Amino acid sequence: MRVGLFVPCYVDQFYPQVAIATLQLLEKLGCEVVFPTRQTCCGQPMANSGYEHLTGDCNELFVDNFKEFDYIVCPSGSCTLHIKDHLHAQDEGGAQHIRKRIYELTEFITDVLKQPIKATFPHRVGMHQSCHGQRGLHISQMSELVAAPFSKPESLLQQVSGLELVTLDRKDECCGFGGTFCVFEEAVSVKMGKDRVSDHVKHGVEYITGADMSCLMHLEGILKRQNSPVRVKHIAEILNAE
Amino acid sequence: MSARERILAAVKNSQPEHTPLPDIAFLKEPVLASKEQFATIVQAIGATIFFVKDITEVKEILQEKFQQLPRKITSIAALAGIADVNWIAADPHSLENVDLAILDARLGVCENGAVWLTENEMVQRVTPFIADSLAIVLTADKLVATMHAAYEVIGDSQYGFASFIAGPSKTADIEQSLVLGAHGPRNMFIFLIH
Amino acid sequence: MHSDKTHSELAEKFNIDEPRVNWHDETLWWIRQKRDKAVWQLPEWESLREAASQIKHNVLAHLSEYLEAFERNAIANGITVHWAADAKEHNEIVYSLLQKHGITQMVKSKSMLTEECHLNDYLAEHGVEVIDTDLGERIVQLAKEPPSHIVLPCIHWKKEEIGELFHKYLGTPEGNADPQFLTHAARLHLREKFLTRKLALTGVNFAIAETGEFVVCTNEGNADMGAHLADVHIASMGIEKLIPKREHLGIFLRLLTRSATGQPITTYSSHFKQPRKGQEMHIVLVDNGRSVQLGREAFRNSLKCIRCGACMNTCPVYRRSGGHSYHTAVAGPIGSILAPNLDMKQYADLPFASTLCGSCSNVCPVKIDIHDQLYKWRQVLVQDGYTPKAKTLAMKAMATTLSKPGMYKSAGKVGRWMIRKVPGLVNNKLNPWYKQREMPEAPKQSFREWYAQNKKK
Repeated sequence: MRVGLFVPCYVDQFYPQVAIATLQLLEKLGCEVVFPTRQTCCGQPMANSGYEHLTGDCNELFVDNFKEFDYIVCPSGSCTLHIKDHLHAQDEGGAQHIRKRIYELTEFITDVLKQPIKATFPHRVGMHQSCHGQRGLHISQMSELVAAPFSKPESLLQQVSGLELVTLDRKDECCGFGGTFCVFEEAVSVKMGKDRVSDHVKHGVEYITGADMSCLMHLEGILKRQNSPVRVKHIAEILNAE
Repeated sequence: MSARERILAAVKNSQPEHTPLPDIAFLKEPVLASKEQFATIVQAIGATIFFVKDITEVKEILQEKFQQLPRKITSIAALAGIADVNWIAADPHSLENVDLAILDARLGVCENGAVWLTENEMVQRVTPFIADSLAIVLTADKLVATMHAAYEVIGDSQYGFASFIAGPSKTADIEQSLVLGAHGPRNMFIFLIH
Repeated sequence: MHSDKTHSELAEKFNIDEPRVNWHDETLWWIRQKRDKAVWQLPEWESLREAASQIKHNVLAHLSEYLEAFERNAIANGITVHWAADAKEHNEIVYSLLQKHGITQMVKSKSMLTEECHLNDYLAEHGVEVIDTDLGERIVQLAKEPPSHIVLPCIHWKKEEIGELFHKYLGTPEGNADPQFLTHAARLHLREKFLTRKLALTGVNFAIAETGEFVVCTNEGNADMGAHLADVHIASMGIEKLIPKREHLGIFLRLLTRSATGQPITTYSSHFKQPRKGQEMHIVLVDNGRSVQLGREAFRNSLKCIRCGACMNTCPVYRRSGGHSYHTAVAGPIGSILAPNLDMKQYADLPFASTLCGSCSNVCPVKIDIHDQLYKWRQVLVQDGYTPKAKTLAMKAMATTLSKPGMYKSAGKVGRWMIRKVPGLVNNKLNPWYKQREMPEAPKQSFREWYAQNKKK
C-alpha cells in the first residue's frame, strides 16, 4: 500500500517532529510512505478567508503531487476536510481520486489499517476534539446530536499503555483557533483558547493532545504565556511513543 | 403594481424546484398515552395535578382548598354551586380580578403536559390568561401521547381561537431564574378524572 | 442597531470584563445543556429535524402558492391581510391602522421582525408610545437597548442592574435585585398597560397555509394578554413563516422549545384563526429582502429558520462576544447569514465572526447548514469587494508563495531564521497573535529538510 504523506505547511515549518512521528507510525503499521517534496499547502488559509478563487494553483500542485497514491494521509483533520470538500483541478479525475482517498491519520488507522497500536505514554492526557475533524470528517460523535457516542482518536489513545485519558466538562467545544480568525478576532479567539485550557487544567492533565496541530499551536501559545507546566502533543507523537 | 403583486412575483421568480412534502406517517404511529408521564411532566412545568374519580370529587377539593378565594368563575355547569357561571357575556377586562377560573380541556398531551382548550371552553379568550389561578378539568380518556396524536384528534376542527397551555405563566428573563406568574396565572391545577 | 464598529472591535470591548464574559458564557452554556437533556428524551429527534427541514424546503419551493392560499383562507376567516415589500411599508401599515383608530398607545409582544424593521423608533417619531410586554424586552426597552438574543432579550443583564433599572423607572425599592420580586413589579406595571391599550401587536411563530390561522408561542402569556384585551390585533410576520398544514405544527412545536430552552413546549401555543367578536385582526406579510434571499441558492435555506436561538446558545463566539457585538437585530450564527442579504457593506464582518466549528448546524432544528453558509458568504463578500484591500494583497501574496514549491521552501527557511534570530520582529504588539499568546518555536530544520537528509533515496 503506497501512502502519500501530506504534511500541512505550518507542521512542516514549525512542528517537524509531528510529521516525523506520523511517518514513523505509518511505517510501523506496515505502509510504504512517500512524502512528495513539491507539496506546499491545501489552500485553506485563503479559502476560509473568502479567497477560495485564489487557490487554483495550489489545487493543481496538490493534484500533481498526490494523484498517484493509493491513499493520502494527513495528520490534520482540518486540512483533510478542506481537500475533501474543495479540491478541484483541471485533472478532475485526479482530484476526485484524492478527495475519495484522503484520510486524517487517526481515521486511516481505525478504518483502513485496522491495526492495534503499540505505544507507551504514562501520562494524564486530555483530548482536544478539533472541530473540522469531528464535525466535518466525523471522526468522533458530536455532542449536539442524539446519536451513539464514539471517537476514533480516543479509541487509539485507549490502547496506549500507561495513558490516562480525562473526561472534560465540555468535551467538544471549539478552541477558537479558526484560521485567520485567531488574529482578526483576537479577543474572542484567545478567550476561547483560555477556556479550553482551563477545562484541561482543571482536570489535572499533563498533556493536551489532538488530531490537529493548529488548535494545539493556539493552546500552546496560551499555555506558554501562562507559564503553565502543561504541554501539548500531537496524537501522532503519542501513538508513536515507545 | 401593488406590494402584494410585487412580492408574489419576486417569490415566484426566486423559489426553487418542487420538492415533495416528507412522509410523516412514522410520527403518527400510535403510542400509548401514559397518565403517569403526563402527571410527572405537569408537575415539572410548575402545575399541580389531582387524580380524581368524578366531578363530585373535583367539587369537594375546590371547596376545601379554594373556598376563601373571592372571585371564582367556571364554564362547567356541574360546578355552578361553587363558582360563578354568569360571566359569559362579560367585557374581557372585567375578568381582571378573577382569582380562579375553572375550565374544561379537550385534550391533554403526555409528552409535554399541555392541555388544549378552544374558545368554547375559554368562553372569553382571555380567561385562562388573565385569571390569577387556572384549574383545568380533564378526563383521562382525553390524554394522548404526543403532539402528533394531538393534531390527529384536532384534525380540521373549527375554532376561532385555541391554545395549548402548559403550566402556569412563567419567565426566566432575569438571570435565568424561573419565576411563575409572569403575566398570567401564577398557579395551575389539573384535575384528571380517571 | 447600526454601528461603525465591527464585530471584532465590539467583541474586544465585551472581553475587557473577563468575569462577566465567563458569566455570560456559562449562562448560555447551561441553556445549551438543558437543550441537550430535552432532546435526548426523544429517540426520534434526528428524524424530526429531518422532517422539519424537508417540510420547510417544500415551503420554499411553493412559497408563492402557500402565500396565496394563506391569504385566501385568512380573509375567509375574517382577518385583514396586508403586504409589505420592505420595513418602511410594514411600519407605515402599522401606523395607518393606529391612525385609523385614533390610537397613540399600544402594546407589543416579542417580534424580531419589528426589531428588524425598527418599528419602535419609527412609531416614536410619529408620536406613538409602544410598550414591549415580554419581560426581557421591557427591560432592554427601559435601558434603551435592542435585545441581545432573540429568545432571551436581556441575557446580558445582571439582576442587580435590572434592580437599579426598575428602581429608576418603576419605583421599586433601591437595592432589591430578587428576580421574583422584580418580575412581580413588572407584572403590575404591565398589567395596567394590557388593560388600557386598545391595540396589540404580536409576532407570528407559524402561519398555516391550509387554514389561514397563525400560532404565537410565549411563556409569559403576554401575547395573549395583549391580543385578547385589545380592540385591534396586528400580527406581523415574515413571509417565510408559513407551513403547509396544521398537522405540521406537531413537528415544529416539538422542536421549537426543546431547542430554545429545553422546555418540552412553551407555556402558551396560541392558535389565532378568527378575530374575537367585535375585534379587528390584521396580518402584515413582510418581504424585506426575503424574496432576494430565496433567490440565492447557496443561502435560501437560511429562510427555514424558526427563531429558536439554539445556534446562539451553542456558539462559542456568541457566548464570548455578546449579542450586541453583531450589531444587527438577529445576532449569532443565524444572524450572520441573514444580515449580509440585507446590506453586504454594513454586515461584511459578520460571516467572519466564526471559527466555522459547525456546532450551530448540528443544533439547528431545521438543519440549516449555517457554518457552510458562513463560508460561502465569505466568498461572496470577497468577490463583491467588501474586504479591506490590504487583506486581499496579503492573500494574493500568500497564494503565490504557496503555489510555488521553491518560493514556499525559501520563504519558510527565511521566516524561521528571522524568528530565531530577530524574535522582536514577530513578538511585538503589532502582531495580534503575540498579544496574549507565545509564538511557536521556529525549528532549525523543517520536516522537508529532515526528510531530504534522512529519508529521500
